[in-house]
Amino acid sequence: MLIVLVVGGVALGIYGYSISGAPSRARLIVSTTTSLYETGFLDELKSKLESRYPAMNVSFISQGTGLAIQTAMRGDADMILVHDPAREYQFLKGGYGVNRKIVAYNFFVIVGPPEDPAGIRGMSSVDALKQIRSAGLEGNVVWVSRGDDSGTHSKEKSLWKVGRFDSAQLRKEAWYLEAGSGMTATLKLANEKCGYTLTDIGTYLLNFNNHNIELVKLVESGKNLLNVYSVIAGNPKNPNMTKANFEGSMQLIRYIVSDEGQGLFENFGVSKYGESLFKPYINLVKSQSDPELIRWIQDSAFFGGSECPQEFRYQAADLYSTQGPTSILLTCLLTGIEGRKAPTWIQLLKE
Amino acid sequence: MRAVDLILSGDPEILSITALSLSISGLGTLLSCVWSIPISAGLALRNFRGKRITKSLFNALIGIPTVALGLFLYLLLSRSGPLGYFQLLYTPWAIMIGQSILVTPIVVSFSTSALESVDPDLRSLARTLGASDLQTYEVIIKEGIWGVTLAVIAAFNRAFAELGVAMMLGGNIRNVTRVLTTAIALETSRGDIALSVALTLILLAITMSLSVVVNLIRRSGP
Amino acid sequence: MMPHIETVDITKEYDGLRALDHVRVRAELGQVTSIVGVNGAGKTTLLRILAGLDTPNSGKVLVQGHGVTPDQLRVHSTMVFPRNVMFGTSVYENVAYGLRINRNSNHDIPAKVTSALALVNLDGFEKRKARKLSSGEQRRVAIARALALERDVMLFDEPTANLDPANAMIIERAIKGSVRSRAILLSTHNLSQARRLSDRMIHLYRGRAVEEAEPSSFFSNPSSEATKLFIDGELQY
Repeated sequence: MLIVLVVGGVALGIYGYSISGAPSRARLIVSTTTSLYETGFLDELKSKLESRYPAMNVSFISQGTGLAIQTAMRGDADMILVHDPAREYQFLKGGYGVNRKIVAYNFFVIVGPPEDPAGIRGMSSVDALKQIRSAGLEGNVVWVSRGDDSGTHSKEKSLWKVGRFDSAQLRKEAWYLEAGSGMTATLKLANEKCGYTLTDIGTYLLNFNNHNIELVKLVESGKNLLNVYSVIAGNPKNPNMTKANFEGSMQLIRYIVSDEGQGLFENFGVSKYGESLFKPYINLVKSQSDPELIRWIQDSAFFGGSECPQEFRYQAADLYSTQGPTSILLTCLLTGIEGRKAPTWIQLLKE
Repeated sequence: MRAVDLILSGDPEILSITALSLSISGLGTLLSCVWSIPISAGLALRNFRGKRITKSLFNALIGIPTVALGLFLYLLLSRSGPLGYFQLLYTPWAIMIGQSILVTPIVVSFSTSALESVDPDLRSLARTLGASDLQTYEVIIKEGIWGVTLAVIAAFNRAFAELGVAMMLGGNIRNVTRVLTTAIALETSRGDIALSVALTLILLAITMSLSVVVNLIRRSGP
Repeated sequence: MMPHIETVDITKEYDGLRALDHVRVRAELGQVTSIVGVNGAGKTTLLRILAGLDTPNSGKVLVQGHGVTPDQLRVHSTMVFPRNVMFGTSVYENVAYGLRINRNSNHDIPAKVTSALALVNLDGFEKRKARKLSSGEQRRVAIARALALERDVMLFDEPTANLDPANAMIIERAIKGSVRSRAILLSTHNLSQARRLSDRMIHLYRGRAVEEAEPSSFFSNPSSEATKLFIDGELQY
C-alpha cells in the first residue's frame, strides 16, 4: 500500500510540475489592477509577449492598486501596472520603482440605474457626485464605492475632494456603501442595489455586454474622469528587490511601449464593443491628434513635467525622449557606451 | 445548461484547473503524511509529559481559519520575508506547502485515534516476537491502516476544498496556481458565470463523493 | 545446576498495589515449571517481567547468572498470552512474522513454519486467515508461533484456558515435546495439568512465592498454609 501511495505521489508530482510551466523559463511577476485583469486584456498581453519572447513566463497578480503596490514594495512582484499617479509617485520616491512609462488611458464613467433617480445625466462629475449625495441623504439613492484602496477608489476619493467632501466622513453615512471588492463585484453590487458607482469604461462594457448589469453610463467625459495606466519596474537597487526580475520587467515595458504593444491596446475590445477599451497613450502622443487630451493627461499624471523624472530612471535612457540638446548628446554617448542603438537625429527632432 | 455542456465537452480550461487542484492538494496531503503519521505513532504509542496538551492542541488546530494560515505563510514566504530566498510565493509549491500544514492537524488527530484503538496486546505480541520499536510501530500502523486512510482522505478533502491558503499564496495565476476554489471565487469577478458554475459542480462532486467514501469506511470498517 | 533464568527480589507495583513482592523464582533448562495461584496472585505480571515486556520496580532478572535488561530478555524469551492475538494475515504469515524479523534466512522459514504447525496439528492451515479460525485453532497458532522461534525461555500464560479437552491435549503435548533444552514456565488454574506437565511447581500468593516444590511433594506435603488451602480450593485472594 505504501508503494501505491509513493508511486501515486510521484506521478502527481510530475504531472503537477509539468502543468506549472517548467521554471526553466524566467518568471516575471506583475502586480496589477483588477480593471485590466477582469477585461481579459492581460491574457492577451501575456500570450503576445510570450510568443515574442518565448523565454519569458509572465504571471499577472490582480489586486487593487493599493495592494499591488504593496506587493511590489515587498519584492513579491517584479513590476507594477496600475492607474494611480499619486501613489505611483510615492512608489518612485520611496525608491521602490524606476522607469515609469505611461502606456494607456481611458475614462472613468459614473454609471447608475437607467431611470436615473438622482437626475445626474450629463452633469459634470463633481456636480453629479454632489447631487447623488443630496439624493442619498434623502434616502432615494445609494452610492457604491470600491472601498478597496484601488486606483478607481483613489479617483473617486479625489473627485469627492474636489467637491470639498471627505470620503472618510461620507463612509459613515447610510447611502454610501463600500464594496471592498474588485470592479466587477462592485458593479454587480451597485446593480443589485440600483445605485450609482464610478467605474472604468473597460470593466463596465465587459459586464454590460455580458448582461451582468443594467446600469447605464450617465457621466462619461471631462478631465476629472481621466484614467491613466502606467508601468513601473521594480528598482533593482532596492534591498527588497534583489531577486526581482529587472531584465524581464524592462522587456515587458519596452514591448508595451512598442508599436506592437500599443497596437494591442488599440485593438482590444474593438470587435466586441465597437471601441477600444484602453487607448494607447504613446500612439496618441506620436499622432498629436488631440493636444488638449494630451495636456490633460500630462497635467494629471506627470511629475514635475515628466512621466518619469530623471532620478527615477535606470539604464533606460532610450525610453525617454523629451530632453534638451545637451542631454540628447549625452544620451547618444551613453547609449553608445551601453551598446544600444542610439536614437537617430530625425526621430529626436520629431519629438 | 451551459455549465453542464462545458463539463461534458471536456473544456480544456476546466480540465486543467481540476487537474491542478487535484495534484496540488494531493501532493500537499501526501507531504503532510510524511511527518504527520510518525507524529501520530509517537502520540499514540509513547508516553511523555504534555502528551494530553499536545493532543488537544492538534485537535484545536483542525479548524484553523485558512486565511489566517495563508496570511502567516505569505509573510514567511514573501521575498522580503525570512524564507524569501526560495521565491515560493505565487507558485504551486507554496500552495502545496500551505495546504500540507493546514491538514496536518487532521491527519494527526484522526490517525492518533485510529492507532490508539489498535489492540494493545498486538503491541506486546510484536515485542515478544522480537520486534524493535520501529517494527512494532509498523505492526500497529498496518493494523490501524484503515483509520489512517480515513484520515488521509479527510485531509485531502479539506485541502481540496479550501480557499484561503490557495488564494493568499497562489495568486490565482492561470495554469500555474489557478485551482478550483480560487477560480470559482475570483473568476466570478470576470463575469463568466457558466464557467464558475461548472467548476463549482466539479468541486462539489469530488468533495461529496469523498465524504461518502469516508463515511462508508468508517461505518463498515476494514 | 545453575538456573538458566531466575528472578532476584522482583517487586512490581501498579497504582499502589503490590503485584509482586520480593519474588524469587528460578527455572532450569530442560524443565517445565508451573506457576499456580488464585486470580490476581501476580502470575501474569511475573511472566511478563520474565518476557521482558514489563520492567520491575526493583530487583533483577538473571540469565545464566548475568543480569539482563528487558530488551535483552526479549531475545532470550517469548510469551504466549491467554487472550488470542492474531495478526490480520494468514496462519503462515503469523508464524513466519517472528522468524522474519529475527533475520532467519528466507530459505529456512517455510520449513520452520511447517514443522511448527505440525507440532500443534495444524498441518495444511497455512493459507487460512488467522482471525477466521476458531479460538482453539488460534491458540494453537499462537503456540506454533512461539515454538517456531526456538528461544531458550518459553512462557505460557494459561495456555489451555477456555479450550476443550481435545485442543488442550494437543497443546500439552506440544509443550511437553518442546521442552528438550529449554526452560518452560507456564501458569495455569488446572492443577491436574500442573501435575501432568511440570518438573517443578511454584505457588504464588498475593505477590509472594510461598511454595516451591516438585509436584508430588507440592500436593502431598505442602509447607505453607496458603498452599494447603489452595489445593483444597478454599483459598481466596
